[in-house]
Amino acid sequence: MENATAVQMKNITKRFGEVTANDKVSLDLKRGEILSLLGENGSGKTTLMNMLAGIYFPDDGQIFVDGKEVTIRSPKDAFDLGIGMIHQHFKLVDVFTAAENIVLGLDEKGKLDRKAIAEKVKEISDRYGFEIDPNQKVYNMSVSQKQTLEIVKVLYRGANILILDEPTAVLTPQETDKLFAVMRNMKADGKALVIITHKLHEVMDVSDRVAVLRKGQYIGDVATRDTDPQKLTDMMVGRAVTLNIDRPKADSLEERIAVEHLTVRDKDGVARLSDVSFTAYGGEILGIAGISGSGQKHLLESIAGLQDPEDGSHILYHDKSGADHELVGKNPLDIAKLGVALSFVPEDRLGMGLVGNMDLTDNMLLRSYLTGRGIFADRKKPKKLAETVVDELEVVTPSVATPVRKLSGGNVQKVLVGREIAMNPTVLMSAYAVRGLDINTSYTIYNLMTEQKMKGVAVIYVGEDLDVLLELCDRILVLCGGKVSGIVNGRTATKEGIGLMMTQICENPPRFEEKEVQA
Amino acid sequence: MSTVIREHKEPLIRISKRTHISRPRAWGIRAIALVLALAVSGLVIFAIVKLSPIKVYGAMFQGAFGTAKRSWATIRDTMMLLCIGIGLAPAFKMKFWNIGAEGQALVGGIATAACMIYFKSLPTPLLFLVMIICSVVAGCIWGLIPGVFKAKWNTNETLFTLMMNYVAIQLTSYFVAKWENPPGSNSVGIINPQPTDHAGWLPSLFGQPYLLNVIIVLLLAVAMFIYLKYSKHGYEIAVVGDSENTARYAGISVKKVFIRTMALSGAICGVAGFLAVSGASHTISTSTAGGRGFTAIIVAWLAKFNTFVMILISLLLVFMEKGAIEIASRYHLNDYASQIITGILLFFILGSEFFINYKINFRRKHD
Repeated sequence: MENATAVQMKNITKRFGEVTANDKVSLDLKRGEILSLLGENGSGKTTLMNMLAGIYFPDDGQIFVDGKEVTIRSPKDAFDLGIGMIHQHFKLVDVFTAAENIVLGLDEKGKLDRKAIAEKVKEISDRYGFEIDPNQKVYNMSVSQKQTLEIVKVLYRGANILILDEPTAVLTPQETDKLFAVMRNMKADGKALVIITHKLHEVMDVSDRVAVLRKGQYIGDVATRDTDPQKLTDMMVGRAVTLNIDRPKADSLEERIAVEHLTVRDKDGVARLSDVSFTAYGGEILGIAGISGSGQKHLLESIAGLQDPEDGSHILYHDKSGADHELVGKNPLDIAKLGVALSFVPEDRLGMGLVGNMDLTDNMLLRSYLTGRGIFADRKKPKKLAETVVDELEVVTPSVATPVRKLSGGNVQKVLVGREIAMNPTVLMSAYAVRGLDINTSYTIYNLMTEQKMKGVAVIYVGEDLDVLLELCDRILVLCGGKVSGIVNGRTATKEGIGLMMTQICENPPRFEEKEVQA
Repeated sequence: MSTVIREHKEPLIRISKRTHISRPRAWGIRAIALVLALAVSGLVIFAIVKLSPIKVYGAMFQGAFGTAKRSWATIRDTMMLLCIGIGLAPAFKMKFWNIGAEGQALVGGIATAACMIYFKSLPTPLLFLVMIICSVVAGCIWGLIPGVFKAKWNTNETLFTLMMNYVAIQLTSYFVAKWENPPGSNSVGIINPQPTDHAGWLPSLFGQPYLLNVIIVLLLAVAMFIYLKYSKHGYEIAVVGDSENTARYAGISVKKVFIRTMALSGAICGVAGFLAVSGASHTISTSTAGGRGFTAIIVAWLAKFNTFVMILISLLLVFMEKGAIEIASRYHLNDYASQIITGILLFFILGSEFFINYKINFRRKHD
């Protein structure tokens, strides 16, 4: 079986309406190898893999598994062929245990034999080095544990061809290393693995071979040892791209927002932020690092006036004349009326930042519809703005009259960021601004952030890719369980150090001195 | 590796979502649906009652537009339905499930009838002003109550508005008993029936008693179209309807929009009640709204809140209703026969949306 071909896809074509997502793509995958599938947003990576997993059906082309032509009509067919896919969004039942989730949907006769399941799970775990407790409930699991469970689930079903769709997006560096170790063990066991990721250093780290897609077409494949990130990017984008983030220093820093003792509880009374204090300066990018769900969302929303902080919390805005304004207890409209130009790119683009069913013009209107006298909304300026954003940020859209939900993720993000920057903000907050975006678009966004910083804007950047945070930000605030575990200098901090701060149990968050980190 | 490899055939039929469809093509699909609906109804008519479908359709047309009087009755009822549909449009666009138009129209009707009975001695222009204000305020209050509760305590508006209908019906029963005329008839009878009096009757225009209804409702249709499409309020309604979070993000007060829009929605339904009493029946009973508050929900949704499309849909539904009565009496069928036809028609029209949104792929021929 050594290095026999596991899967061969031949001339696969898939169209969605007029868009050709995959155009005669041919790809093969060998046993005992890890293949990275690389491509920009909308290049058709996930579509291609979804056809292997039985979620989409190809319009044309053939699929061979172990040399035999097959038709995959449903995820069940895929499982029968030993193909398992681990999706970006986990499909687990929260109130069930790990073992119950694993056997869920398996059509096995007889009683549920928990012992036998636990034994088999243990056998799989020992073989590949997973750490999993079959009796743990899913709602008690961390993101990384849930992902482990998803992988064990497909292995339990006898999968020997595994597809992982952006598995590291939600993991800390340490967890990513663990995942890669497990993947190598599976490879050694003769399994075939495909990993979809945007992070080039991970591609270099874990894969044996890289296949590149561009605009639905198969560009080619290279052995990982014969290539480097720069070459891969050029292949992916189709032209030479520079991969450096410029980090100039602003001439002067100006205190802009001071958060003091910010505590926020959610509806159930659970503290999502406890006693958070920090200062953001105009002319710097303040990064916020942390495992997802550590309070990033509540922090940004508190500043934007969308949360209701506890008594004793203060968010002070220092305007350019030196006057202080308290933002706690004000809604977004009140804050805007104070003359605070606060731009906010929220994590949930279509659920909060934009209106999916409205076109680009009407989405630009969201920030300005109240301007002007009379009862009618003025759409002339928003239309112009929409055209400018489309032009300057190279948004791919049929027209400014297209509903934004029909645009791809990257283009949606450009529309949102474009609008927020057009407000001429003094504070620009963004949450996961590049999540799911390809390299090219990501760098466009980084450059825009830096541009704003150099204009004297206080930029607050919540990110998940530590490599980027370390290249982009002047300072990085690390959150852990709603508390500040420290603020570090972005130019000197290390990935490992931040990774530890993200996971450490911080009963008493270390008091930090602003001066020390102000280097 | 003990994988069992199975051969599968490609599925015979696959469904995929369309990303784009041209407008003529979409309307073409809808036209085909209409033709199919008529053909299928024809078959059903023939199979069940052994009548020529052409004759039955002809009779339905006679029922709706056979005489000038019938045509005006059809137009009058269309306007009433359309008016409620216009009232529902802003609420539904905001994704506020206002099932209470029936009650909102009824209280508008009660207010109108009360003015006609108690203030009949007022000079005509003043009387009409009072009638309109009272009916608008009554409908407005009936819409505001569930709106305020939703905004303040997040109550379920579907149940709330639905139950408000029953309160309105009971209220109507009470007033019917109070205003009973002649005593013992258990009805209010025609209010101010003497031709010399007719206080509070909407006047005829060019000899047409219902022309004023048409003008009022069409003006409302135009105004609502502009309000929803071009005004700041209309924009807020659309944002709240699509995503409350986005609305909050943009600094829109969701509560305020809920309350304001429900007041407007109820007020227009109140106007429908005014038209029903002052402009059509000149009496009040528990069936004054006649279920139109519910039928109008279909009108609003089918038209996707476009008040001009609503005109067509209201007309179609009222046409079917009038046709039903005619074939029921002419061929001694009960009106279920026509309800079957209406059902088939709606089934095909709604079903055609599926083919507009999705594409059917058949198995390819291999070799």
